Amino acid sequence: MRGFFISRMAQLVVTMFIVSVVVFFILRLSGDPILVVAPDFFSEEQIEQMRKFWGFDRPIGEQYLNFVTKAITGNFGKSYLAKRPAMELVFERLGYSWILAAAAAAIGLTIAVPLGILSALKRNSFIDLVITSMSSLGTAMPSFWLGLMLIIVFSVHLGLLPVFGALEAKSIILPAATLGVGMAARLSRMTRSAMLEVLNQDYVRTARSKGLMHKTVILRHALRNALIPIVTVFGLQLGWLLGGSVVVESVFSWPGLGRLMIDSISVRDNTVVQAGLLFFALSFILINYAIDVIYIILDPRIKFQ
Amino acid sequence: MTMAPTESAQGAKDIAIADMPARRSPALQLLSILLKSPVGVAGSLIVSAVVLLAFIGPLISPHDPLNRNIRSRFKPPGFVDQNGNVYSLGNDQLGRDIFSRIIAGSRVSVLVGVVSVLISGTIGVIYGLISGFVGGIIDSILMRIVDGLLSIPFIILVIAISGVVGAGLSTLILILGFTGWITYARVIRGEVLKVREMEYVIAAYALGQSRLKVMFLHILPNVVASAIVLAAVQVGVTILAESSLSFLGLGVKPPTVTWGLMLSDGRQYINSAWWMTLYPGIAITITVLGVVFLGDWLRDFLDPNVRGRA
Repeated sequence: MRGFFISRMAQLVVTMFIVSVVVFFILRLSGDPILVVAPDFFSEEQIEQMRKFWGFDRPIGEQYLNFVTKAITGNFGKSYLAKRPAMELVFERLGYSWILAAAAAAIGLTIAVPLGILSALKRNSFIDLVITSMSSLGTAMPSFWLGLMLIIVFSVHLGLLPVFGALEAKSIILPAATLGVGMAARLSRMTRSAMLEVLNQDYVRTARSKGLMHKTVILRHALRNALIPIVTVFGLQLGWLLGGSVVVESVFSWPGLGRLMIDSISVRDNTVVQAGLLFFALSFILINYAIDVIYIILDPRIKFQ
Repeated sequence: MTMAPTESAQGAKDIAIADMPARRSPALQLLSILLKSPVGVAGSLIVSAVVLLAFIGPLISPHDPLNRNIRSRFKPPGFVDQNGNVYSLGNDQLGRDIFSRIIAGSRVSVLVGVVSVLISGTIGVIYGLISGFVGGIIDSILMRIVDGLLSIPFIILVIAISGVVGAGLSTLILILGFTGWITYARVIRGEVLKVREMEYVIAAYALGQSRLKVMFLHILPNVVASAIVLAAVQVGVTILAESSLSFLGLGVKPPTVTWGLMLSDGRQYINSAWWMTLYPGIAITITVLGVVFLGDWLRDFLDPNVRGRA
């Protein structure tokens, strides 16, 4: 068990190292990063000064080392625009993003798991057809378009919910529903196939033949085992959720990390973009780490491997 | 595959049982399997319709998608002007016909979907092939790189790169192509690891074939099926990514017509002109749905385990 944690930690460090290299070089794809932020009226000398100030005159390897050693202590440098530490800006927004992601994941699971089970139990029935069709439709739909349509129906026509920002508690309903539905569409499909697989297993047949109640067989014997693949898929879909949240936060002007990223990218505020990218990667990696732990709890067999 | 068409038609007649496809021509065989699956039929119909639209769009478009007309701005669906011209899906903020613009937008979706998936598929398959085939330390390094890249959600990676590199249709296609390969690398590597141990590969070595020959002649053809299924999924993902980026102003720029840009226009007038948002979104959804259906069918078709049961 301890060996598992240690090896996973080592893997995490290596992954983060690669992420840091990627993040560092992405922002140098445009060539000289200083020309991007320097105002047009600056003279050669002033640009040279600015380059020195931000450390862009050093060799690229040194710049990277500098970036990483500072990033480890949480120092990404100041935002070019806000003139405040990039980390501070990221932390201000992080909470909003987490709340939104958690709400969306909760909505997604609440819809997807019962529907996926129902779909598997009534395989090839009319209900199954309706559920799987809805799930395909939800997967094919751009999440930001669903968000726009929800705004048209609930805010513009019915006047029930606020369109923009996070000023009131009910502001979260539309963005969370938008992401939650997309998540549900992806998850219910997987729940269905995981459940179908389990329902064919010998132990389910045994439980049935023992004369156990239908409900007990489904909930205690089948679902418990189907949870393992469902949890895996949930972890994979979190990448979709984080990515989708960037666009959806923009649609609803939700003040999360995603919106900060988009705003910073459009004004080329590179330190904030770097900090944001690393945080997205870190959250994704940590959540998947947590999922591995849940895995062990759900499936005692893994412990002995 | 080398069978002449007449001979195979004769063969098909001779054999009464439909499930003896070995003597039919592959195209006919594929078609008959396709027709058995409603999902496959729906998917291929939608996809061919969109591709056709992309090619012959300008011929059947009722109006010029770029033609502005201040007097017919924001007209709702079904609007008829004084000359009797019908604007079935309404007009946008510059009086341009939304139906014609949806037809014109199909071109970008098809282009982006096909070209960037070709690029990413090629890179991803070669990467996975090398990683799985060479193995050892190289494999470990290559896979750690993939892990790192996968931990930044795809759309965020693409947004960051296009923010830095700049927008535009060809740039966007390249960006999506050069980031999308990550998805293939892991899967193809897994397939290669499986195929590598097969008896026919060992036999090929025993016959004295070079490693390079084994890799490209014996292993590659056997992982192509997985790559095709993944590619179908990726076309959908790529079309959605293009529309998101264009919507955010980081993708294709006007005057090129894309569904994502139309949605970005629609968002600005969301309080008054719902049709500007509704129809382009439906176009994206149907297109991606078609691709997803086709991908589902291809997976069932190419996976022999599922195929036997179908």
